Amino acid sequence: MNIVVCIKQVPDSDKVTIDRETNRLNRAGVPSIINPFDENALEMALQLKDEHGGKIIVVSMGPPQAEEALRTALAHGADEAILVSDRKFGGADTWATSYTISLAIKKIEDVDLVLFGKQAIDGDTAQVGPGVAHFLDIPMITYAKGVEVTGDTFKIDKVTEDGYEIWDVDKPAAVTVVKEANELRMPSLKKKMAAKKAEIPCWGFDELNPIEENIGLAGSPTKVSKIFAPPVKLNKEILSGEPSEMIAELIHKLKEQHVL
Amino acid sequence: MGKIDWGITEEQQEIVNLIDDFGKERIVPVRAELDEKGIFPADILKELAQMDLMGLYISEEYGGFGTDHMGFTLAIETMSKYCIGVSVSYAANALGADPIILGGSEEQKKKYLSPLATGEKWAAFGLTEANAGSDAGGIATTAVKKGDKYVLNGTKQWITNGGEADIYTVFAVTNKAKGARGVSCFIVEKDTPGFSFGKKEDKLGIRASCTRELVFEDCEVPAENLVGREGMGFLLAMRTFDVSRPGIAAQGVGLAQGALDEAVKYAKVRKQFNKPIIANQGLLWMLAEMSTKVETARAITYAACRTLDAGVKDVSKISAMCKYYAGDVAMSVTTDAVQVFGGYGFMKEYPVEKMMRDAKILQIYEGTNQIQRDIVGNSLIKEYASI
Repeated sequence: MNIVVCIKQVPDSDKVTIDRETNRLNRAGVPSIINPFDENALEMALQLKDEHGGKIIVVSMGPPQAEEALRTALAHGADEAILVSDRKFGGADTWATSYTISLAIKKIEDVDLVLFGKQAIDGDTAQVGPGVAHFLDIPMITYAKGVEVTGDTFKIDKVTEDGYEIWDVDKPAAVTVVKEANELRMPSLKKKMAAKKAEIPCWGFDELNPIEENIGLAGSPTKVSKIFAPPVKLNKEILSGEPSEMIAELIHKLKEQHVL
Repeated sequence: MGKIDWGITEEQQEIVNLIDDFGKERIVPVRAELDEKGIFPADILKELAQMDLMGLYISEEYGGFGTDHMGFTLAIETMSKYCIGVSVSYAANALGADPIILGGSEEQKKKYLSPLATGEKWAAFGLTEANAGSDAGGIATTAVKKGDKYVLNGTKQWITNGGEADIYTVFAVTNKAKGARGVSCFIVEKDTPGFSFGKKEDKLGIRASCTRELVFEDCEVPAENLVGREGMGFLLAMRTFDVSRPGIAAQGVGLAQGALDEAVKYAKVRKQFNKPIIANQGLLWMLAEMSTKVETARAITYAACRTLDAGVKDVSKISAMCKYYAGDVAMSVTTDAVQVFGGYGFMKEYPVEKMMRDAKILQIYEGTNQIQRDIVGNSLIKEYASI
């Protein structure tokens, strides 16, 4: 079974600044990590491989330094990595990104499953997974907690706001994975050492041969008009006194607000 | 940052980074519970196996990673910053395997080192007995040859990983008349009839580690499980200690570093008399002393590793030196760390009281620190014999 895991390199902290001119994130100078939700997608792939064998290919679209995130994924146990990168892809919104990544996945042979984290912690859109599934024209299940292989189909445990749903989908399928699914295993020393030396192919414009007007900033219908931090308006109050008094006071106040 | 350049290779640094991340993510959250309840860190060892770390010290030929003494020592040091109860459970595997590495036949190495390298099996070292501690030559467990088997009788005491390990290197007397030269080493597998485990000890420190008796009652071991030749056991045990003592020293260095890290962090944030306590010169000097001790312990430990890696034959002196020096440093630095924390240091909510309890074993096991001084002293007598 061949599993593609799409990962995104994201800034490692919430101290990210925003470029006021373009309203985009300033990524320079901030340490980068694999998007934490993508770690759950990677672990799900590793568990499926443990059980059924096969190959895990991690794909990341981003600037050349996204290679580091791919090397980390290799250290955790992915078999191959592909970087999708080209200046022409720069400034892509979720639509253009989905289109570009889908071209890369089409280039990979015999893909049975495409996994994504449920969303990225920087953009928080949760759109690229479904977008890629759209361009690949394959079934898509979002917010999966578990994936079972049942012959030619996948049985997918999808988390919903008020419970869960079980879906049966044909192969190949695309799935986004929630945090509750698992925790990424630690990297192995041998794989970590191998990952440092691994050749990671970079697929750019020439390799993917996209329709030019569908990629990059020009191919992005989303226009960001403004990014701002919403002002936090909290009426905060700090209680003081003996713990028992404070608890009584707190219960009283919560009842007053009809919270209790 | 005032970091010392220890000449660590890129590969060794990768080992350190990997274990450092592991320590923070997997050991710190559970160490207090493992300590309090005396839980053996089986899950941690299983994860270390997945990370290729159980076979770190075993050569690639037998499926290990094949790092040198320096690399393995760095691994133990790094893990020991977070919990030496865990790191001893890890390192005792190497102690159990060392007699096979040093004196085993090719068949024994293939059969026993390979499953240890993958972490599929765990090892333990069985020398100590009730009346044979520092005087290791005084062991009473016997092995009598009967056809193509040896029959073992006796009880080993305080065996780290006892009951948890699958492969035991056990020392027994094959010829009483020859004293220390009548001791032989055997590989005994768990589940061998006549081999059972006694009580699990309740300890002051390293409570996550499992310490048990090994009981042999007419336990028949195939003759091919003899390591080396009959009578080589004591020598093999001493050579094992020569290579394992820097590992114990590394536990001391790591533990002391962990305690120093906690003490400095705390001294910066704890305020008394409207200023952080680190602003008091008396306390700052205490931290400076602690730091200097840690680095000197590290220096002599690394010196021992480099001596081993250089293939120097007689390493007993430097191995004994680093073992006792780093062990004493760990005891002193962890005690001072508790002092820096004051009353809070005495409480179990903070990690330093455990570190202090754990440190004590480093002055006792793998040869007491007094025995180590004997070894150093005896080396001096030999060195100066011709002068």
